[in-house]
Amino acid sequence: MAWFSKKPRISTRQEPAEEQPSRMQGLWAKCESCDEIIYRQELEKNWMVCPHCEHHHPWTARSRLAGLLDPDSFEEFDKELEPQDPLGFSDSKKYKDRLKSTRKALTENDAFISGVGRIEGRQVSVGCFVFEFMGGSMGSVVGEKVTRVFERAHELKCSALIFSASGGARMQEGIFSLMQMAKTSAAIARFRTGNKPYISVLLHPTTGGVAASFAWLGDIILAEPRALIGFAGPRVIEQTIRQKLPEGFQRSEFLLDHGMIDAIVPRKELRAKLGQILGLVG
Amino acid sequence: MAIGPGYALDFERPLIELEKKIEELKALSSGGTADFSSEIARLEKKARKLQTEIFSDLSRWQVVQLSRHSGRPYFLDYVQLLFTDFFEMCGDRRFAEDPSIVGGFARLDGKPVMLIGHQKGRSTKENMARNFGMPRPEGYRKALRLMELAERFEKPILTFVDTSGAYPGIGAEERGQAEAIAVNLEVMSRLKVPIISTVIGEGGSGGALAIGVGNRVLMLQNSVYSVISPEGCASILFRDSSQAERAADALKLTAKDLLGMKVIDEVIPEPAGGAHRDPPKAAENLGKVLRKQLSELAELSPDELVKDRYDKFRALGVFSGR
Repeated sequence: MAWFSKKPRISTRQEPAEEQPSRMQGLWAKCESCDEIIYRQELEKNWMVCPHCEHHHPWTARSRLAGLLDPDSFEEFDKELEPQDPLGFSDSKKYKDRLKSTRKALTENDAFISGVGRIEGRQVSVGCFVFEFMGGSMGSVVGEKVTRVFERAHELKCSALIFSASGGARMQEGIFSLMQMAKTSAAIARFRTGNKPYISVLLHPTTGGVAASFAWLGDIILAEPRALIGFAGPRVIEQTIRQKLPEGFQRSEFLLDHGMIDAIVPRKELRAKLGQILGLVG
Repeated sequence: MAIGPGYALDFERPLIELEKKIEELKALSSGGTADFSSEIARLEKKARKLQTEIFSDLSRWQVVQLSRHSGRPYFLDYVQLLFTDFFEMCGDRRFAEDPSIVGGFARLDGKPVMLIGHQKGRSTKENMARNFGMPRPEGYRKALRLMELAERFEKPILTFVDTSGAYPGIGAEERGQAEAIAVNLEVMSRLKVPIISTVIGEGGSGGALAIGVGNRVLMLQNSVYSVISPEGCASILFRDSSQAERAADALKLTAKDLLGMKVIDEVIPEPAGGAHRDPPKAAENLGKVLRKQLSELAELSPDELVKDRYDKFRALGVFSGR
């Protein structure tokens, strides 16, 4: 095994999974924030948070669910939902082929994992984005699964919990991906006829159609530190207004300052904080 | 720039030039210098044929161009052509008035309705004031306020979508653009009055959908509705915004496409050559369909209306597995 993978910096750039080099496979990793070299196992044990500078590196959906829910409490639902190609979409690659190779590389059917689990003994209907799957983009499968998270929570009379990390709607599914915004938001309206909370946890990054629908509709909205969260991506804004954006723009801290989220919670405190909230209102 | 044909799109040009020639001949004829009536008749026939040829087989990119035509009737033109007694209501009561979304009560055939629509400008000055029809959060929050009022007063809501998208700016982000859109989607899904949303020009992504959650979703024949603009799609996926024509095809964003995919309920025919060639006729066609849809929805109880709308959007999506 190599001491360093070929591309040791941990990057959160949106790249199709199949094109990613084996940057996370070396024995050592280099923190993308402070450049410190970290023994990989140590980083993993530390919830992928840099022990030197507290930078939050991407944490895979399955590790996150395993790490935050009560041990062995997670039961996955809707795993068999598979994406289709309703538009016959093709860019540099056919959407069908892109799906095929991404599904194979990640052994996930689409960009969202959902089911039922427990936190400190309290039941939650939970879902988490798989950001590595086409930038966590929302097409029909993601929209359907998110909708079912709320329907299930409503039926089970339990809280709903969603961890979002997404570039937004999935262009390759065209108008169907746009309509998922309305579908998921409508499901929340129904869920809210009950008295259980929906906790939305915003991860790096959450933008576009996901931010502008269920992600920002949480009764309680938490964010990880330094996460990029907003409607339009920074590049689009820069191109529109033709000026540089201020440092820290659209980061969690900026949103907290502007009254757009309830709290910033470091990853290490997240489970305890979720437990606390569920204890109060769950 | 005024409502009406105005400037010619590339593919319209042969037709517009021919029409100009006919007008010139007519002017000469009326001057009494010579009689061109047979020539005029011949050219008029040719013009009709040419119009049919051009418009019977528009490419998606041509439809995109038509949907953005600056002579196309905008929301306030339809308000004037179809409704009476319009009372415009301003402001979100939170921060500001956003003129890129306009709303207020009016009457259709004497009966009060709530009208809400994106509004683009025709002149540069008006476009500056209306931010090119790209709303900030205040616009969406004003729309929300008006829709909730309509629910309280038990009036149907008619929305008119015509935006390239919600405005991507610093202030808009600071004041919660995404949150504003999200809240509209949720609240619209549970309002207990009929909602009919019509795309009259550009249906640009979340900024369009934020006033588009209707029991019925209609589109004018030459309007488009898409998750992203063809230019945006091209620059991301093809890394070249000049590939917009190709992206428009890939996105399948015309009224005909969306009706075929059962995402919308009805396509409203436009007059020959597009709505900008005959705005009163376009308004007449729109009015006919709105009246029909309103009378159908009038049969539903408040709870049935909510369920009807919920079921409509709940069913949207294509995937396999249960």
